[in-house]
Amino acid sequence: MPFIPHTKDDVIEMLAAIGADDIGALFDEIPAELLIESLDRMPVGLSEMDITRLMHVRAARDGTPLCFIGAGAYEHHIPTVVWDISTRGEFYSAYTPYQAEASQGTLQTIYEYQTMMTGLTALDVSNASMYDGASSLAEAALMAVRCNRKKDSGCILLAPGVNPTYEKVAVAIAGRQRITFERLPMDETTGNVGGDLDDSADPVAVVIQQPSFFGTLEDVDRLTNWAHQQGALVIAIVNPTSLALLKAPGHWGEDGADIACGEGQPLGVPLSSGGPYFGFMTCKKKYVRQMPGRIVGRTTDLDNQPGYALTLQAREQHIRRSKATSNICTNQGLMVTAATIYLSLLGFDGLAQVARRSQQNVTRLAGRLTAIEGVERLFEGPHFHELVLRLDRPVAAVLDALAHRDILGGYNLAEFYPELGNALLICATETKTEADIDAYATALAEIFENGSRRSA
Amino acid sequence: MEKLIFEKSRTGRRAFAQSPGESEDINIPESFLRVDRPQLPEASELQVVRHFTRLSQMNFSIDTQFYPLGSCTMKYNPRACNALAMLPGFAGRHPLGPVSHGQGFLNCMFELQEMLKDVTGMQGVSLTPMAGAQGELAGISMICAYHDARGDHERNEIIVPDAAHGTNPATATMCGCDVRELPTGSDGDINIEALKAMVGPKTAGIMLTNPSTLGVFERRIIEVAKIVHGAGGLLYYDGANLNAIIGKVRPGDMGFDVIHMNLHKTFSTPHGGGGPGSGAIGVGDRLLPFMPIPVVAAATIDGKTTYDWLTEDDLPQSIGRLSGFMGNAGVLLRAYVYMRMVGREGMHRLAEYATLNANYLQVRLRDAGFELAFPDRRASHEFIITLKRDAKTFDLTAMDVAKALLDHNYHAPTTYFPLLVDECLLIEPTETESKETLDGFVAAMIAIATEAREKGVSFKEAPYKMPVRRLDDVKAARQLDLAYRPDKRL
Ligand SMILES: Cc1ncc(COP(=O)(O)O)c(C=O)c1O
Repeated sequence: MPFIPHTKDDVIEMLAAIGADDIGALFDEIPAELLIESLDRMPVGLSEMDITRLMHVRAARDGTPLCFIGAGAYEHHIPTVVWDISTRGEFYSAYTPYQAEASQGTLQTIYEYQTMMTGLTALDVSNASMYDGASSLAEAALMAVRCNRKKDSGCILLAPGVNPTYEKVAVAIAGRQRITFERLPMDETTGNVGGDLDDSADPVAVVIQQPSFFGTLEDVDRLTNWAHQQGALVIAIVNPTSLALLKAPGHWGEDGADIACGEGQPLGVPLSSGGPYFGFMTCKKKYVRQMPGRIVGRTTDLDNQPGYALTLQAREQHIRRSKATSNICTNQGLMVTAATIYLSLLGFDGLAQVARRSQQNVTRLAGRLTAIEGVERLFEGPHFHELVLRLDRPVAAVLDALAHRDILGGYNLAEFYPELGNALLICATETKTEADIDAYATALAEIFENGSRRSA
Repeated sequence: MEKLIFEKSRTGRRAFAQSPGESEDINIPESFLRVDRPQLPEASELQVVRHFTRLSQMNFSIDTQFYPLGSCTMKYNPRACNALAMLPGFAGRHPLGPVSHGQGFLNCMFELQEMLKDVTGMQGVSLTPMAGAQGELAGISMICAYHDARGDHERNEIIVPDAAHGTNPATATMCGCDVRELPTGSDGDINIEALKAMVGPKTAGIMLTNPSTLGVFERRIIEVAKIVHGAGGLLYYDGANLNAIIGKVRPGDMGFDVIHMNLHKTFSTPHGGGGPGSGAIGVGDRLLPFMPIPVVAAATIDGKTTYDWLTEDDLPQSIGRLSGFMGNAGVLLRAYVYMRMVGREGMHRLAEYATLNANYLQVRLRDAGFELAFPDRRASHEFIITLKRDAKTFDLTAMDVAKALLDHNYHAPTTYFPLLVDECLLIEPTETESKETLDGFVAAMIAIATEAREKGVSFKEAPYKMPVRRLDDVKAARQLDLAYRPDKRL
């Protein structure tokens, strides 16, 4: 019996103690007509050896292609230490640290994580994680509504560079609470917020993503000041790697963003088909009581020694029930442990090197690709480690052809931004070598040469 | 306590093998650039390894201790599940990569959906919710979407038993619904008369955990389903306790329209010190069109099966997306490996041995003089003892017992939940624990009770053997210190 330790004698003794004839008798309070004989579609059990074989075959089928896709999930080098230590049983198989005295390892790790994230975002308070970047925006929007009681428009304005999937997720999660999401107009030459800012929407909050979904850099100071002048809160969506280079949300404009959130995956978490990742969230101190999720505080014990415990739990569902700030309970704890170890290994200077090398690599890649006839940069202006290219033919077929050569050439923007034409979002992190960039450029040139027909 | 990693830092130190090296100057205008240097650790690789290894050693965990935390199903997390989910083809796969480079992964996800349908008796499964609470949000959103689609806009009430987990009422609120709290009878079943009085044209649905968080099976579940359906409402199954009935009874057969499963409980994916989990949902016929996306579909042409995502185009009535990509894929892979190893012939044994362990522990503790909250009931996979007598007579509270157990090297059971049983400990041993472990736990419980009852020992200051003594929670909340700032405390 896999993972069940009972011997026959154990079972006999235990049943005797209970006073039951057999194990089946223990289910005698369940209406008999509900009991099933057996499952019919479950496959029969496999030994570890057999499942290992099967999973190796399947993993190998997916291969390890050369990946230039970003769009919200980024391939970075993950130091061996990160997952060696994170998967120690004491971290891996612990529950939420409710029993503080028996969970100081997890609690101190979270406190260190909170320190790192508040430092990176230049805000005061961090929680212990949300599910992922997209859901963290939904929670930030709900939080902004609670923080900004003066406004009852329920309107959240999104800069055009906010990840379109984040908007969808925010609508799905927060939409039933009479919150609406609207987009600010896009400037077609830069991909950033365009035109004169219009004061008529009366927003509760304005969401600014930096770098934008297109990899471009938004004038965050101007937007932050504009939002604050209208009495709106500013929610920053940021890439944590980029914060080693770019201005921290707490320093945007005159007063800084009020809430920062985003995807923590770049900090040592494998791509793994989309999860588990973690969402992070930080805010100004005055909003701490509206923050969703767990928070760890430093306190003292009976001997007056320092120790760590979950705190401000009166915000949470297990105390406040229907009036909680969120329904979140289980979060993404282990990913936070991994990120804390990752940031400890890299430090600020290491993270800055990762950010710079990534920025340099995508610039080089774009240089090589735009040398091909029929490929051009779409937006002007500075960028981080992603860029939009416009092709002279449909992107999907080009990506297919590249995939045949085991190159994942980027993210096709056609679905979300048909108005941009044949637009392709490319990314290159520090993991890409000259040879990798060359392989992409060579393959694309060949595909363009062989390509029969140009549309557009 | 261990010093903070920041206190161990020295300017200029770093794990140099981990940074990529210098690059050319980047051309980003000054106005976009960072103006300060945030406090991040400056430590060598060895220091980091030692620091976090030491921190890990300050945790209790399943791998090191018996962890009978009720409602949390702290069973052994097989190591193979982790190793196989971390194979390069899986761990390195970009979520937006083409399905041509994801057939192995999608094949696993499709089969996981099918297995979950089988064990729950539901018609459709979506794997995207990232924890139980998000599964609840998906479920209640689907229920609302279903009523909306029928033009039934008045149905805005979600009925939740008073014993329910906090995520249930919190979820109803997040979905814009009003919560009606349903009382529990003295036998642990819900109060049917109160339910009859509560349902009506405003009822959107009811959220039930069965077996309930009181550790007993809701015996009149069929009648409950009739009442709620009869009033036009739907039934939501909180799957936190699925381990109690897996392979024996299926929520779909009980009449539930939608369920979430906590794969990090029943299907043994790790809790990771707080997460990640997975709250995959299952639905009956009525809610199929509303499932959250993406869902994995299979198509067989000329004997060759290929897998693809179902998205907005395929499920236009879907409640939408709940995560940036597809949820906690790596957790799902771990659950898949676990289910394949347990297999058809093993599923019902999970419930049977979990129930055997719980009932054995229940009678042993009862015989040792602990008061059961529901003495006339069978335990499911968990049960409740109440210390209200000991609290009154000997000032021995549930909290005291919990802290004293830590010194005996056992993790505490769940304390003070459910809220309606005074001084309660909710105890869930799980099937992966041996009889010797349970006997050892009983001995520790007896030792603690004997000291309090016979020798007047107080455990108000326990634990004594942990890295820290009892912590000052009030101070933690009053003098907020949420990040290390040597200059200013916050
Ligand atoms: C009964 C019950 N319902 C719901 C949940 C919420 O699940 P999760 O923590 O995965 O969000 C839990 C677990 O914490 C639970 O015990």
